[in-house]
Amino acid sequence: MSADLKTETAEAGERRFNMIEAINDALDIMLERDSDTIIMGEDVGYFGGVFRATAGLQEKYGKTRVFDTPISECGIIGVAVGMGAYGLRPIPEIQFADYIYPGLDQLISEAARLRYRSAGEYIAPMTVRSPFGGGIFGGQTHSQSPEAIFSHVAGLKTVIPSTPYDAKGLLISAIEDNDPVIFFEPKRIYNGTFDGYYDKPVQPWKKHKDSVVPEGYYKIPLGKARIVTEGEAMTVLAYGTMVHVAEAVCREKGVDAEVIDLRSIVPVDIETIEASVRKTGRCMIVHEATRTTGFGAELSALVQERCFYHLEAPIERVTGFDTPYPHSLEWAYFPGPVRIGEAIDRLLKE
Amino acid sequence: MGDQPENGQKVGDNRPSLKLHVPEPKFRPGDTVDYSHLAVTKPGEQPRPDEACAPVETNPLTVDLVRVLGDDDKAHGPWDPRLSPDQLRAILSDMALVRAFDERMYRGQRQGKTSFYMKCTGEEATSVAAAHALASDDMVFPSYRQQGILIARGYPLTEMINQIYSNRADKLKGRQLPIMYSSREHSFFSISGNLATQLPQATGFAMASAIKGDSQIAATWVGEGSTAEGDFHSALTFAAVYNAPVIFNVINNQWAISSFSGFAGAERTTFAARAVGYGIAGLRVDGNDVLAVYAAQRWAAERARTNNGPTLIEYFTYRAEGHSTSDDPSAYRSAQEREEWPLGDPINRLKKHLIALGEWDEARHEALDAECVDRVKKATKEAEKNGILGHGLHHPFRTMFEDVYEELPWHLKEQAEQAVHEREVKFPGGLPK
Repeated sequence: MSADLKTETAEAGERRFNMIEAINDALDIMLERDSDTIIMGEDVGYFGGVFRATAGLQEKYGKTRVFDTPISECGIIGVAVGMGAYGLRPIPEIQFADYIYPGLDQLISEAARLRYRSAGEYIAPMTVRSPFGGGIFGGQTHSQSPEAIFSHVAGLKTVIPSTPYDAKGLLISAIEDNDPVIFFEPKRIYNGTFDGYYDKPVQPWKKHKDSVVPEGYYKIPLGKARIVTEGEAMTVLAYGTMVHVAEAVCREKGVDAEVIDLRSIVPVDIETIEASVRKTGRCMIVHEATRTTGFGAELSALVQERCFYHLEAPIERVTGFDTPYPHSLEWAYFPGPVRIGEAIDRLLKE
Repeated sequence: MGDQPENGQKVGDNRPSLKLHVPEPKFRPGDTVDYSHLAVTKPGEQPRPDEACAPVETNPLTVDLVRVLGDDDKAHGPWDPRLSPDQLRAILSDMALVRAFDERMYRGQRQGKTSFYMKCTGEEATSVAAAHALASDDMVFPSYRQQGILIARGYPLTEMINQIYSNRADKLKGRQLPIMYSSREHSFFSISGNLATQLPQATGFAMASAIKGDSQIAATWVGEGSTAEGDFHSALTFAAVYNAPVIFNVINNQWAISSFSGFAGAERTTFAARAVGYGIAGLRVDGNDVLAVYAAQRWAAERARTNNGPTLIEYFTYRAEGHSTSDDPSAYRSAQEREEWPLGDPINRLKKHLIALGEWDEARHEALDAECVDRVKKATKEAEKNGILGHGLHHPFRTMFEDVYEELPWHLKEQAEQAVHEREVKFPGGLPK
């Protein structure tokens, strides 16, 4: 990646990355390691992507490894299925998760089921990267969180990092995985962490412990959650941007919460969830996506089925509202400190 | 404003009223058929551009109809592929086998041995002759009426029938609808029921082959009705943009279940003409003329192989049978349509051509048909040993959970255990598996 995008190192020998830089680093490593990996998508080539995730990669690996595509998500995903059948490992980028819908049939009916329907003769080992979620005043068409749609499809995996360190390790695992993986990148925290207060800027990653990213290749397994903070009073299940918001609110309120970053929602780390809720007896689920039939509903059902007799209070779901993302009222839509704080109060009152 | 009446009426009241056009086929059941509107061209009169020509040079051929075999049963013009009698007999033999196979499988469905079948009667040339024109490892992305490709590539009939019966030997483990084959060994891609999805996939495969500097090209088949799908347009755009070595075969058999080709836009232009706007080569070909089909496919394959880009071929043909065993074409089209189809039957035309060449005769043809029936019968008996649909000889049900992911995740392990438990409750004796 070009030098001007690198974060300055805080200490000698230590590399501190923004999430977007960590993603770029992971892509760089995987292009280097395996000539069968290719990157394609709108604007990913010469320009390096609208968020700069692929900056410098076309220059380094050439135009047949990293290239722009027509504005056709159906084409991007469909072509990637055919490339997978050939033996390549495509990494298509969908510029915003909101644009993924024209490619849904190829993802849901084709990529997800190719292994099954051909009894393993053909596979679609692709990693579909896409920035998702709000927080950049992108209006209703640049802010959505469609992860629940994919969680409902047998054959797909859905991965969502929340730190630069995780983003690199999870992306490398996703690219090496032989199943199609949807890799949703929380764009609000591409360049810093976010505590949920819209009137404050994001906090630069520089000082965050998870911005220290080791050189070279490392993997974080898919389906394994991360315990962000250990605690006894309640369990918080979150992913992406909401990990940071929920953690900040718990910290501010002085709650001894066990905050769990799910990292992937399919497969979800049921062991970690179950052990934590059995220990704390209280569970709050936080996601930015709309509430009804969101992935929080699945998490809530899983916790209820497996931990009911350990629960001291009803499970709390803190989510976005069931409306499209409003441009000017983004700050009011977002599940921020007030909504989370009140849910914490309700949980602890019981 | 000019659209505002002066007498106080609403805006627009002085404009002509608009009318929606809903296409209607020319004939319905009971109607007399008249095909005089079809421009059936004279065989041999269509020019054959060089395979490396600019796409625009093929534009006239997208509204013409490439034909080789004449009413005199002889080959005419520059598109004559000049196949040897042996090659012609091999194609004839494969087509006869496809027809015998279809007959037997159709009866098998009626006898309850499987749930569903789709014949390709009248369209055999569009897959068999095309397959003969490709290299055996050129990757094909078929739709659901290209059983002729598998047969031409020597895929065992018994394997095909195992798949149709979804029995314990079905190598797709009984998961796919009958006729939705897959064979990597024969460079035959897994068939999807969602229409036209194979077009971007074929394009992607061809692009991948080009990225790796390989020599393998891709070809894909789609019905004319499915060209209305967005995937068709995505695929053509990608193929044009990257000059992908891919061939798009559009089988215009006039009917998409009960919707005639007008509902895919056939009233306005040809399907081959779709190529023009994308800047790719296009050919419109008599799909019941084996020699024309072979020549067109060969032309497109040569073009793709030499990095001259993609080709869209419309094969103008007729679906002589119903859409599937679940369809009754007599409910929506005239019975005479099939009888009077002006381009004839592809098998019969090739047979007459070979006879005219002095390389075939009626007795040999009868013997060929009898041999095909016998081969299919034997294969059927062999497949039936492995079971027929719904008679218990299917794959063990634990296979239901395999291949969803490469490895079984925890939730599928739990569900598989539940399935095992349910079997034990239902069949305490331990059977069936």
